[in-house]
Amino acid sequence: MKFDTPATTNPIDRLKVIGQPHDRIDGPLKTTGTAHYAYERHDAVPNHVYGYIVPATIAKGRVVNIDTATARRAPGVLAIVTAKEAGPLTKGQYNTAKLLGGPEVQHYHQALAVVVAETFEEARAAAGLVRVDYARSPGAFDLAAAKGRAVKPEDGQPDTAVGDFAGAFASAPVTLDAMYTTPDQSHAMMEPHATIAAWEGDKLTLWTANQMIHWGKGDVAKTLGLPPDNVRLVSPYIGGGFGGKLFVRADAILAALGAKAAGRPVAVALPRPVMFNNTTHRPATIQRIRIGATPDGKITAIGHESWSGDLPGGGPETAVQQTRLLYAGANRMTATRLATLDLPEGNAMRAPGEASGLMALEIAMDEMAEKLKLDPVDFRVRNDTQEDPEKPGRRFSQRNFVQCMRKGAEQFGWSKRSATPGKMRDGAWLVGMGVASAFRNNLVMKSGARVRLGTDGRATVETDMTDIGTGSYTIIAQTAAEMLGLPLSQVSVVLGDSSFPVSSGSGGQWGGNSSTAGVYAACVKLREAIAGALGMDAASAVFDDGKVSAGGRSVPIAEAAKSGEIVAEDSMEYGDLEKTFQQSTFGAHFVEVAVHAATGEIRVRRMLAVCAAGRILNPKSARSQVIGAMTMGVGAALMEDLYVDKRLGFFVNHDLAGYEVPVHADIPHQEVIFLDEADPVSSPMKAKGVGELGLCGVAAAIANAVYNATGVRVRDYPVTLDKLLDRLPTV
Amino acid sequence: MDITDQLNISRRGFLKLTAVSATVAATPPLVARAAVPDVARAPVTQQVAMEVNGKPATLSLDTRTTLLDALREHMHLTGTKKGCDHGQCGACTVLVDGRRINSCLTLAVMHEGSKVTTIEGLGTPDALHPLQAAFIKHDGYQCGYCTPGQICSAVGVLDEIRRDVPSHVTADIGAKATFSTAELRERMSGNICRCGAYSNIVEAITEVQEGRA
Ligand code: FES
Ligand code: FES
Repeated sequence: MKFDTPATTNPIDRLKVIGQPHDRIDGPLKTTGTAHYAYERHDAVPNHVYGYIVPATIAKGRVVNIDTATARRAPGVLAIVTAKEAGPLTKGQYNTAKLLGGPEVQHYHQALAVVVAETFEEARAAAGLVRVDYARSPGAFDLAAAKGRAVKPEDGQPDTAVGDFAGAFASAPVTLDAMYTTPDQSHAMMEPHATIAAWEGDKLTLWTANQMIHWGKGDVAKTLGLPPDNVRLVSPYIGGGFGGKLFVRADAILAALGAKAAGRPVAVALPRPVMFNNTTHRPATIQRIRIGATPDGKITAIGHESWSGDLPGGGPETAVQQTRLLYAGANRMTATRLATLDLPEGNAMRAPGEASGLMALEIAMDEMAEKLKLDPVDFRVRNDTQEDPEKPGRRFSQRNFVQCMRKGAEQFGWSKRSATPGKMRDGAWLVGMGVASAFRNNLVMKSGARVRLGTDGRATVETDMTDIGTGSYTIIAQTAAEMLGLPLSQVSVVLGDSSFPVSSGSGGQWGGNSSTAGVYAACVKLREAIAGALGMDAASAVFDDGKVSAGGRSVPIAEAAKSGEIVAEDSMEYGDLEKTFQQSTFGAHFVEVAVHAATGEIRVRRMLAVCAAGRILNPKSARSQVIGAMTMGVGAALMEDLYVDKRLGFFVNHDLAGYEVPVHADIPHQEVIFLDEADPVSSPMKAKGVGELGLCGVAAAIANAVYNATGVRVRDYPVTLDKLLDRLPTV
Repeated sequence: MDITDQLNISRRGFLKLTAVSATVAATPPLVARAAVPDVARAPVTQQVAMEVNGKPATLSLDTRTTLLDALREHMHLTGTKKGCDHGQCGACTVLVDGRRINSCLTLAVMHEGSKVTTIEGLGTPDALHPLQAAFIKHDGYQCGYCTPGQICSAVGVLDEIRRDVPSHVTADIGAKATFSTAELRERMSGNICRCGAYSNIVEAITEVQEGRA
C-alpha cells in the first residue's frame, strides 16, 4: 500500500482500541521474568557453551603478537578465534570500525578474540590468559584540540544558509555569541549486548538483542560472507537499546565465529565494563550559537555551528538540525564539521542531532531572552513559524508548538518564576524554574506485516518489528484489533524474527507510527480477503464487535476462516508527502530545581512535558516513553559524561559505577500532557514519533532552571556542582 | 579484631590483591603481561544445596559461579537479570533468606541451606504477585530488563521498613521507620532503570504499600 495523499477517515479513527491506555500485553511476561531475552534462550538452544571477549587495551596501533597457547590449554576451552583464525571478514554497512580487530587496532576495547569454553567461568578465566603485545600508534583523542582540523563532511547536508546571516547579525541591536559543549554519552541500556549463535550446516541463527532486524541480517551476512538467506535473527525481547542496538555489534559476530570454530552453539554477552568502549556512543560536541534580534524579540539572524569527532569513515553528530526548523528568522546559517578522532565509534543515540543540539540552542535562547528582558516562554512564542524557515512556503503538516508552551506555562505555574535569578529560596535551597523547547522530526519508514485470521477467530500479527521497551507489542495488537473489530485479547503479536515481513524496525522515533501503518496495510488486505470469503463487499463491510457486517448481513468474523486460516501480507510505503510538508513533533519542557546554597547540590523537584506529536496510539505507553526520555535528559543535564583519557584514548568511567545515570533518588514525579492531535500527513495512523521528542530540550530546561536558581550560567555539560561552587551567591 | 591481622596480610597488600583480581576480571590491564598468571587453575567444583522458590535444589558447581549464574545458567531461572555482574545495577536482585541482595556479588557455594526467592517465585503470569500486578497497572517498566530486580528489591524494601531498618534519608533513626516517597526512592536507588520508569515504579510500589492493589 502506498501512502501518498493525506489520510481521510478510516477504521483507525474509531479509537475503540487504538488510542486507549491499555496495559502492555507483554506485561505479565516481563514482570514475572518469563520474557526471554537474547542470552536466555535455553528453550531454543539447550546445550550452548560460552564465549568471552578479549578486548584491545590500546586505542590505536597494531597487534604485534597474540599468544593464545596458554589459554588454549586452560580447562574447558573449546576454541579461540582471533582475526587470524577468522579469515577475511567484511566490515558491515552500518559499522564504522571492524567488529573483530587485529592486527590493526582501531579503538580501545575493540574485540581481538573470543575464547569459547564449556562454562562461563572457564571462558572468562581463559580469556584472561590470552597475551597480546601491541605496537601503539599516536592517535587523536581530544575534540577541542582536533577542532581546527575538522572538515565539512561529504555526506548529508552539513551546511545551510539563507539570506545574509553575517550582515544581519552584525547589525542586530541585540546579539548573543556563545560556545557550548556536550560530552560523550553512553546508551548504557540495562541489557548488555548479547547473542547466542547456532549453525546448522551453512545456515546461521542468532538469538540476539537488535533493534533493526533487517539491517542486522544484512550486516551479519555481509560481515561473514554469507548469503542473507542463510542468516536468521531472532530478537523478541530487547532490554533497551536507545540506538546502541541499531547495528550488529561484536557479540553477534564473535558468537557466530566462536560457534563455527567450536562446532557448538555459543552465547556471548559483552561484559559491562567492555560495553562503553567496545560499542558506540553519542559523540561530544562543541557548538557555537549566534542569535541577533530586534529589541522586541524578533530573531533576525540565527547561526549554529557544531564540531564533533569520529573514527575515519564515521559521521558527525548532526547537532544543528533543529536550528534549521525551530525558530523564525530571515537570515540563517548552520554548519557541521567533523574531526577525525581515534576514540570508539560515535553513532546514533536517542534523538541523535537534536538531543545535543537543543542542549546548546535552548540555553542560548534563555540567554537571549534575558538580554531582551523577555520571558523565555514569550520569546520562543514570538519566534514561532508555521513554515520551514529555510524554504518559505513549505508548511509544517502540523505545528502546535505555541500551544505546548502556553499550556505548559499555565499548568506548571510558570508565572511564579522570578525573572531575576537567585531570588527564590526554600530554606537552605535556591529554587529556580527553566523552560526549553522540544523538537524532533517525524520520520516515516516502509514497514510490512503479515496478519493471520485463525479458524478460532483469533488474529496473529507477524512482523520483524522490535519492542525495545517502546510498547510495539501493544500498539500493534491495538491496531490489528481496531482494524478487524476484535477485542485486544483476541490478537496475538509475534515480533523480532527475520523470517517475518520486513518492518521499519525501532529507531529515530519512527517505529510506532511506521510499524502500525504497516499492520494497517496488511489488515486492509486481510479485510478484503475476509469480506471476499463471506461474500461481502469489502469497501462497505464494517468490522466491529467480532462481527463483519455488510448489505444487511452480519456474521462472526471466525466464519470467514472456518475452512482454513486466512493470511494477508502487505507493507506501507510512502510517497513524497514529506517533501511537500515538513513533518515534525513539538513540545515544551518545564523544570523546577533546587540548588543547595552551600554545597551546590542540584535536585530536580518537578518536571512537566507537553507534547504535540500527532495521534497518541497508547497514552499509557507513550507517557512512559516520554518520562523515560525526561529521565535520560536529567542524566544528560546533571551527570552523564564519558570521561576521555586524552593520552591513552579511551573512556575512563566505563562501567555503571563510573558512568552515572539517574537513579530513583534523582527523579521526581513527572507529568506529561499530550495535545489532542491527529496528523493525516504522517500515515493512516495519523500518529508521529514521541519517544525521542521527550528527551529533546530536557537538559537545557534543567540548565536554565539552575541558572534561574543561582545566577550561574553553565555552558559545558554536565552541570555539576563543581561548576557552580565558586560562583554561588554568598550564603 | 581487625580481620587483616588474623589473615596476616597487611592492608596495603590486601588492597593490591583485590585491585589485581578486579582488573583481571573487569578489563585486561594495559600492561597485560604483568597481571597474567602462567597457568590456568583447574576448576574446583563443590556441591551446594539450597531452596529456590520453595523447592530444594542441589547443584555441583565451579566454585567461581555466582549465585546469579547458578540461577540463570544452571537452573535456567533467567528471570533474574545480569545487567553488570559487578553490583552496580541491581538487575540481579533476589531475596535470600528474606533479604534482598545482588546475586552477582555472591558465590553460589556460599549459600548452602539458603532460601532463595527469585521473580519466578513471587508470581506467574496467571497468578501475579501484587507488586507484579501494580507494575503492569502503572506501567512501571518499559524494556522490562530491570523489572524483576525492581520488583524483588521492592519486596525487600517494604519488609525493611516493616522491620524498622533505617536508611540514609531516615531523619530520626531512633523513631520507627516509616514509608514515604523519599524513603522509597532512597532505598530503591540501587536498582537502575535506564528506560526511566522511576516515576511509575514509585507509584506502583506505593499503591501496594497502601494496600490498594
Ligand atoms: S548484575 Fe548484579 S548488580 Fe548488576
Ligand atoms: S524497564 Fe528498561 S531498564 Fe527498566
